[in-house]
This record gives sequence, C-alpha cells and structure tokens, in this order.
Amino acid sequence: MEWLNAVVQGTLLGGLYALFAAGLSLIFGVMRLVNIAHGDLIVLAAYLGLTVVTMLGLHPLLALIIVVPVMAVFGYVLQRAVLNRTLGDDLLPPLLVSFGLSVILQNGLLEIYTADPQKINAGALETASVQVGGLSLGVLPLLTFGIAVAVIWGLQWVFYHTALGRAFRAVSDNPDIAQLMGLNRRHIFGLAMALALAVTAVAGVLLGIRTSFDPSIGGARLIFGFEAVIIGGLGNLWGTLAGGVILGVAQTLGAKIDPGWQLLAGHIAFLVILAVRPNGLFPRISA
Amino acid sequence: MPEPMLQITGLNAHYRDFQALYGVGMQAHAGEVLAIIGANGAGKTTLMRSISGLLPNGAGQISYKGQDISTLRADQIAALGIALVPEGRQLFRSLSVEENLIIGGQIGRKGPWNLAAVFKLFPILEERRAVPATSLSGGQQQMVAIGRALMANPEMILFDEISLGLAPIIIKDIYAALPGIIGEGMSALIVEQDISKALAVSRRVYCLQEGRVSLEGASRTVSRSDISRAYFGVE
Repeated sequence: MEWLNAVVQGTLLGGLYALFAAGLSLIFGVMRLVNIAHGDLIVLAAYLGLTVVTMLGLHPLLALIIVVPVMAVFGYVLQRAVLNRTLGDDLLPPLLVSFGLSVILQNGLLEIYTADPQKINAGALETASVQVGGLSLGVLPLLTFGIAVAVIWGLQWVFYHTALGRAFRAVSDNPDIAQLMGLNRRHIFGLAMALALAVTAVAGVLLGIRTSFDPSIGGARLIFGFEAVIIGGLGNLWGTLAGGVILGVAQTLGAKIDPGWQLLAGHIAFLVILAVRPNGLFPRISA
Repeated sequence: MPEPMLQITGLNAHYRDFQALYGVGMQAHAGEVLAIIGANGAGKTTLMRSISGLLPNGAGQISYKGQDISTLRADQIAALGIALVPEGRQLFRSLSVEENLIIGGQIGRKGPWNLAAVFKLFPILEERRAVPATSLSGGQQQMVAIGRALMANPEMILFDEISLGLAPIIIKDIYAALPGIIGEGMSALIVEQDISKALAVSRRVYCLQEGRVSLEGASRTVSRSDISRAYFGVE
C-alpha cells in the first residue's frame, strides 16, 4: 500500500512537471527556441502570484486571473522586442540570450524579493485531503493534476482546431511560405510565447502554493521541464504529460527507498529512457 | 499601352556574397501571361523569390500597380494580390489538404476563389481533404499548392517550376486546368523548363541566362534558334 501510495503521489506530482514542461514544449515546437530562462519565468510567475495575493488579499487561484494575462503580455513583448531578433539558422544566439535573460530574472527577483524563501498561502486548500480506497490524496495535488490535464487538452485543442493553431503549425513547418500566406512570423511567435507564458503562470502559482521558493530555484524547474519533454517525445503534448508523470513517479519511488534519492531517481529514469528511446517514448506522430 | 501591372527595373539580387540577378528588367500587364525560361541556375527562382518578397530587394526595383513593393515583407506583398506557387510545392506537412487551402485564404482578399471553387477545379482534393497534404502524390500536391495560392484571390500568380518532377500525364492535367485559372483575368508568370509548353500558354516570353535577361519576345513569333542562343549563350 505504501508503494501504491508513492506511485499515486508521484503521478499527481507529474501533473506539476507537465505544466512546467508544456510551455517549454510549445515554444520549442513552434519556433525551435530552447528557452533557458523558462525555469526563472516559472519562478517569476510564482512571485507575481505572491505579490497579487499579499497586496489584494485574493485567494491564490483567483490571483491567476491577474497573473496569467500579465505573464502572457510579458511573453508577447519579450518575444517581439528581444527573442525574435535572435532567431535564425543558428541555434546559439537564442540559447545565449535566454541564458542572459535567466541571469537577469534571477538577480532582478533577488533585488526585489531578497533570497528568503517565500510561500504563497492558500489556506485550507494546502492541507485538505480526500480518502480514496485507503489512500489519502491531497486536494491540491489532485487539483494540480486536473489543471495539467485540462491545460494540455486545451493546448491540443488550440493546436488542432483553431486558426491560431493552424498558424502555429504552418509557421513551424515552413516560416517563409507561411509569411507568403500573410502570417507574419514575428507576430505568430509573439502569440506562441504569450500562450506559453500563460501556461507558465499557472505552473508558477501552483508551484508557489505547493512548496517554498526563492529566486534561485528556476534552474531545477527547467531541468524537470526538459526531462518531461524529452521523455515524452518532442512536439507531443500528451507525451509531455506522460513524461511528467514518469519523472514524478520515479522521484517519489526513489524517495521511498531513501529520501536522498528523490532527485537522483528522476534523473536516472530520464537517462535510461534517453538511452533506450533517444526520441522519447511518443515522438511526434503526424496528426 | 497602359501602365504595366508589374514593372521590374534594374533588379539585382544577392544570396550573401553571391549575386544571382544583374539588372533584370521586365513588365507584365494586367491579364497577361508571361513565360520565364532559362537553364538551371539562370536566376528564375531567385526572380520569383524577389517579386514575392522572400528575398530582400533594394528600393525602386519592383513596382506593382504603381506602388514600389521592393522593400515590403512577403505578407504585405501577398496582401496586395501577388501569390506564389513555390518550387517543389512546399506544402505545410503538419496540415491537412483542407487546412493548407484554408491557410492560403487567410489573407482575406475578396474574390471568386474559395474552398468550393478549388474543389471544383481539382475534385480529387475534396475526396482527400482530411489527409496530411504531404501524403498525396506529387501531382496532387501541386494541385494543393496551386489551390493554396488561388485561395488568396490574387491578381497576379507566380508559378515556379510548375511541372518539375511531375509525370507527363499529370503535367497535362495541370496545364488543362491553367486556362480555368488564368481565364479569371489574372496575370501570371510561369517558370517552366519545357519550352514548348511555356510558349503555348504565354503571350510573351523572357529568357534568363546567368542572372540577366537574354531574350524578350512574343511567344508566338520568337524563333527556336533565338531561344537556344538565349538559353545556352552559344552562337
């Protein structure tokens, strides 16, 4: 029963990792941009959530109504003003610039919020739990997992059933020809980054409710996100969810054996899958 | 003669340090069909890319309906009514046949072309509307590429290597469909390797040789020996 419990808790944790990864996957899928600052953007969203909650006294989940659009607008402006200038045949400039952005975000947050660990207070939601077949499941992890499924379903729907998704896919396939169809790639990329950071906003606030955070933790969230994307297979959003779950389960099982093994077990699972299936478990199949 | 619809003067085009076009001049009038012929590497595709805005040009080299379009972006030029059927089709591989066509119409110009009209022109595409565009045969992909350009309701359509890599029977089908397209009063520039086909569908012909116009004339009267001289550059 304890092992089953670890698997279930790990699965729910995987929902959070999938949320970390979804934005990363979206950005890479549309514009082949590897965003090193993604983890720090998650932390930025957590701090924004914290600020809104403390200043307005809102419940953290209601704070999303403000944090999500703010992050989306920030994403659009960031893409148009900075990242678009780095995109081209060479993969190095976007890597370097997003690395620089990561440094700026970390230090900016350090200036404003100090290095003290913070936490978003969600009151009763943090400790509430339900009993399911002898297992005690936290309401917050359940909610997080549900939100992750909903977000990925929503992204999938946007990608395959809307004009915006069609534009994302066309620009990703062939940016030159898409430009001929009247799709200005700079604008489309801006919209993709806006959508990605909207998802990141949700991930950041949920992270901030779940654990304490400080400006330096972005790097580890970036790694978890990357690992989930790679395990699931590039360009497949449901695969990303599966990747997050595998990572989460590996971590909780590792922690079950020895608390010091939690992170190591996740990385080992990632390496094993990378060695056996270099393209991930579910590489993009044409939809 | 009224003012030409498309006026190209002294067009130079470069790929980094390599110059592909040298002072090319060309005019196309409204409703006119031009054939552009020339050997591989003569600059035909470069010319198409320059007109459609995929290659940046210097100011004042290309004007369309009296407006200098040399420095506009490809999406701005498309919005003015110039559509390109690119060499090698270049369909969007993660989009279905129907989505490829819809995205062609996204530019929002009014006119006779819509999904139904394209399906009427190429009925096979309606049957296969839901499959990924790149799973079609080469000829059917070319139909999608033509349909995608028509969906923008252009006033001028550029066909780059319209029959390259297609089976002769398919080429015949595509050419059979051309009058139905150009008959709508559209102007067209057709880049074609098959000289007799090019001359048959066009009113005037330009031959490019090593990035320069080596021959310009009426398609009906131009002589075979002039063409081979312009094409190969030998006496």
